[in-house]
Amino acid sequence: MLAQFLQFLFSGATVGATYALAALGFTLIYNASNVINFAQGEFIMLGGMLAVFFAQSGLPLPAALVLAILIPAIVGIVVEKLAIEPVKGAETVTLIIITIGASLVIRGLTAVFLGKGTHSLPAFSGDTPIEILGATLMPQSLWVLGVTAVVVVVLWYFFNRTLTGKAMLATSYNSLAAELVGINTSKVLFMSFAMSAALGAVGGILVTPITLTSYDVGIMLGLKGFVAAVVGGLGNGLGAVVGGLLVGILESFGAGYLSSAYKDAIPFVLILLILFFMPRGLFGARVTDRV
Amino acid sequence: MQKRAYFGLYIVIAVLAVLPLVVPNSFYLDLAIRMAINAVIVLGLNLLIGFAGQISLGHAGFLGIGAYASAVLPTHFGWHPLLAMGAGAAITGLLAAVLARPIFKLKGQYLAMATLGLGIIINIAIRNEAAWTGGPDGMPVPAMGLMGFELTSDKHWYWVVALMLSVSVWASINLIDSPFGRALRALHGSEVASQVVGVDVVRYKVAIFVMSAVFASLMGSITAHYVGFVTPNLADFFHSIELVTMVVIGGMASVYGSLIGAVLLTALPQALATFEGWETVAFGAILMVCMIFMPKGLVPTLAAKFGKGD
Amino acid sequence: MALLDVNKLSIHFGGVKAVQEVSFSIDAGIVYAVIGPNGAGKTTLFNLITGVYKPTSGEIRLDGESIGGKSPNELATRGVARTFQNLQICMNMSAIENVMVGAHLRLDRNLLKAALRLPTLTRRDAEMRVEAAELMRFVGLEKYIEARADSMSYGALKRLEIARALAMKPRLIFLDEPAAGLNPKETIEVDDLIRKMADSGITVVLVEHDMKMVMNLSDRILVLDYGKKLAEGTGEEVRRNPDVIAAYLGAHA
Repeated sequence: MLAQFLQFLFSGATVGATYALAALGFTLIYNASNVINFAQGEFIMLGGMLAVFFAQSGLPLPAALVLAILIPAIVGIVVEKLAIEPVKGAETVTLIIITIGASLVIRGLTAVFLGKGTHSLPAFSGDTPIEILGATLMPQSLWVLGVTAVVVVVLWYFFNRTLTGKAMLATSYNSLAAELVGINTSKVLFMSFAMSAALGAVGGILVTPITLTSYDVGIMLGLKGFVAAVVGGLGNGLGAVVGGLLVGILESFGAGYLSSAYKDAIPFVLILLILFFMPRGLFGARVTDRV
Repeated sequence: MQKRAYFGLYIVIAVLAVLPLVVPNSFYLDLAIRMAINAVIVLGLNLLIGFAGQISLGHAGFLGIGAYASAVLPTHFGWHPLLAMGAGAAITGLLAAVLARPIFKLKGQYLAMATLGLGIIINIAIRNEAAWTGGPDGMPVPAMGLMGFELTSDKHWYWVVALMLSVSVWASINLIDSPFGRALRALHGSEVASQVVGVDVVRYKVAIFVMSAVFASLMGSITAHYVGFVTPNLADFFHSIELVTMVVIGGMASVYGSLIGAVLLTALPQALATFEGWETVAFGAILMVCMIFMPKGLVPTLAAKFGKGD
Repeated sequence: MALLDVNKLSIHFGGVKAVQEVSFSIDAGIVYAVIGPNGAGKTTLFNLITGVYKPTSGEIRLDGESIGGKSPNELATRGVARTFQNLQICMNMSAIENVMVGAHLRLDRNLLKAALRLPTLTRRDAEMRVEAAELMRFVGLEKYIEARADSMSYGALKRLEIARALAMKPRLIFLDEPAAGLNPKETIEVDDLIRKMADSGITVVLVEHDMKMVMNLSDRILVLDYGKKLAEGTGEEVRRNPDVIAAYLGAHA
């Protein structure tokens, strides 16, 4: 009973941590540009796939991982420079279609160059499960949770204690005012794309030993990351983390106790319910339109 | 405005009348039928997205309800196809109406999220209820018949959808230039201004959402009967995106843009089939390039270039 | 009985008390002005009375009926019209269509009839187009009858908003800074326009910074400061009120 509960909790939190990283990625880009980046899931996929590719091509694991984070970050910058910056201020739908176009290109190129097969990565610290009150916890889950926690702390420090981070935060509140006080908002924009792509890639790498990866896993992961970002209130960093964990854990409990066939539907039912009762998510600010 | 708009309608009717005489083979006739079906859906969706300014990323879900009503009800319950089609439209309309009230309290990105979620839930339900729907493999659909006459040949289907398309274009033009249509456009232009002149904005958003959902459902039924087979892909997220892309590439708030968008995006995958393996890359790249260089879509961009209003 | 009765009206945004316990009443047929320094709560007061914001407390009565918290579209059915300080023009429509939207409640809004282009609906719509063109002439926009809204100047758009409000055939109209940003010639024209509106029997409430215009036009004036009522009365009474003199000269001299 308790063991089963814990088991669902562990697996939910692990997946939830990936959603949280994806949601943070959405949040970063949304704050910098008001763009919902539907290519976010592809960065997760790219991280996992590249890690597999470099590891299999004989690079030592740490080098493979660094490259698997670096390359998606560069892809993120390219997407921003080529596709987002030229259409600043376009309508929401237009921006959504551009990012979906970008996601198709990334997915398509991955399929062409890395193949359509399903791949795995060896767990970082072996496969010996840790037993806790009858439930088992894989060491890789600890890696996922631990790294996510570190990322969250580093991001918090970055946004609250460094000048660059504060500049990015200021841009999200009021980009015109930020520009007037001398912040280079276009640099902020490409930094947020690079950071959010890297965050996605980190998540993708970490879960690959647990959930496997292939060229097409990005869509669902990205959409659930979007759900997580909205659950917490779009634009709210803490909300994104809480939202990610919440979505992951509820999905896991839903799949375990209710219906595993409807596992993928659970985040979307959740978000509809939340939006019906809290139109701006759990932590979203109430805004009053000025007229 | 009316006269010029109707001029376009006459051209559409003329093209539709001549087309079957000039298409070289059944491959192109099939393509034309699918273009026309998409065009009707996109006209409805453009009223919602382009004219009223409300995004939906879940319309393929409604299309799926129509398609599967036409597959499931006649197969498992022996319903007449027309009755099944009506039932699909009614279910869709009801679902859309019930959910639209809370959904349209939302704006922008939140609205995108809610409609996306709704579409995905419908798709997952279709995939999972395999006993009824055949699951991921899909299921065959009985032929559509009316008073002893079975609609089987592509020629017959062509005239049916050509008629539907002509009527839809006519009705859309009429609607846009009416008090109802102006209220829709006004709530897009300034929601608060439309409210203070008496427009009940939520009611209007709900009305146009339900109407476009019912259109999608009806055309889903038509697709099901025409193709003779349904799969859950009809209702998936990517199909929703394809429909929205047709609206935006053709031109938001442009009736003829909807037609152009539907024609181009229905033809594109065929044209790209020669790129073996690179179709997805090419499709994505074309979407991006179109949106970057013509963010307002083809028809409005060209209209502005040649100095005509819409 | 007064047409509009406002009693101890307040609204708070978080800790900010934007309007505090403001009471006044407006008789039918007069021109009533609301003045005060920037941030005094004038536009917020308009937003409260026209239903854009919901009051935190207090009461608003129109013809004796309580209307506090009713939505803007419900108020429109009761003959309340307004214009906006920051233009709210539908740039996706032509100029004349913007005016025709003002007549929304006077037309047949049926979806099906519109789609089928029933003659009863289109005939009425064609008549409305003629009426809208007349309204545009009335506010001095005859040049723009065929124009697109996004091709018009700021001053012209201000008057387009007034034409749209008039298309509602309102009893009570709220004008939020109708002369702001206009040149002296345009200001005089708007001045005339407001007088014409008042003469046609519409009760006019305006927020305006142009004191000459306010003193010229208004039968009564309400002075707000920091969300509170500072004074109320005729132009002469307000001008002599020591609190008003202190607020204006003290803060702005």
